[in-house]
Amino acid sequence: MLESLYKYAAPQNFYQLSRRLTPWLAGAAALLLLAGLAGALWFAPPDYQQGESFRIIYVHVPSAWMSLFVYVVLAAAGITGLVWKVKVADALARASAPIGAAFTFLALATGSLWGKPMWGAWWVWDARLTSELILLFLYVGYIALQGAIEDRRMAARAGAVLAVIGLINIPIIHYSVEWWSTLHQGPTVTRFDAPAIHISMLIPLLIMALGFKLYYAANVLVRMRCELLEAERNSAWVRQLGS
Amino acid sequence: MNSLGEFLHMGGYGLYVWGAYGLSAAILIWNAIVPTQREKSLLRELAARSNGRSGP
Repeated sequence: MLESLYKYAAPQNFYQLSRRLTPWLAGAAALLLLAGLAGALWFAPPDYQQGESFRIIYVHVPSAWMSLFVYVVLAAAGITGLVWKVKVADALARASAPIGAAFTFLALATGSLWGKPMWGAWWVWDARLTSELILLFLYVGYIALQGAIEDRRMAARAGAVLAVIGLINIPIIHYSVEWWSTLHQGPTVTRFDAPAIHISMLIPLLIMALGFKLYYAANVLVRMRCELLEAERNSAWVRQLGS
Repeated sequence: MNSLGEFLHMGGYGLYVWGAYGLSAAILIWNAIVPTQREKSLLRELAARSNGRSGP
């Protein structure tokens, strides 16, 4: 296990492995997302309070979960790159940022489209929405920092520090609905007791969530390859790819 | 839900539901296309660079 970890921490080995994995991950993600869509839009019954509008949950919640998950991956990869100087980890952090930003934007935008009919407002400054907006700023700040610092090692280090400081926002987002009285509803699925959602509504949600996760996995691998190709453009293995 | 019309209507929430799904699809697809194209162009660049060097 540890040996293969060492092996694939080398950019050229990682590159080859990632090329083999991506089509499988992308295919599985597409299948899950299509199955999830059928469940979300067709098979799940309408909610007894919110009617058909609740179907927005199937894109809103997976996006929101991924916005947090990707940020934790970004920060963990950042620390790994900072401490052990693993190039692949730096690439993972850098490649995760645009996807995480996209998920965060989607969580906010779909939440807005759900908030209008249910709350009567596109936006409210409640703790959940505000902390999620700060997450979007963290992603944007990270991306801007990467763009502003030309030296990739320096950019990775500065980015890792920013990402670690921003980690404090993750539990704040998660617990915001419990710590403060928010207009945003409390957790439905991630509770200590059983999820407060019927199984016929839960299954499409879990399929969508898994689909989003595999989508991220496939997408981040492609982006990591681009990062590695650019960072290592003068190394022997990249030159060999061209010939 | 019986007819396509009802399905699209989404109990009066059609605009919001389809808006959310349409936006999600657009962003996820766009997000997948951009890096795929970028990798292709990077590999083309690499090939051109090594051809230039080994060429006459």
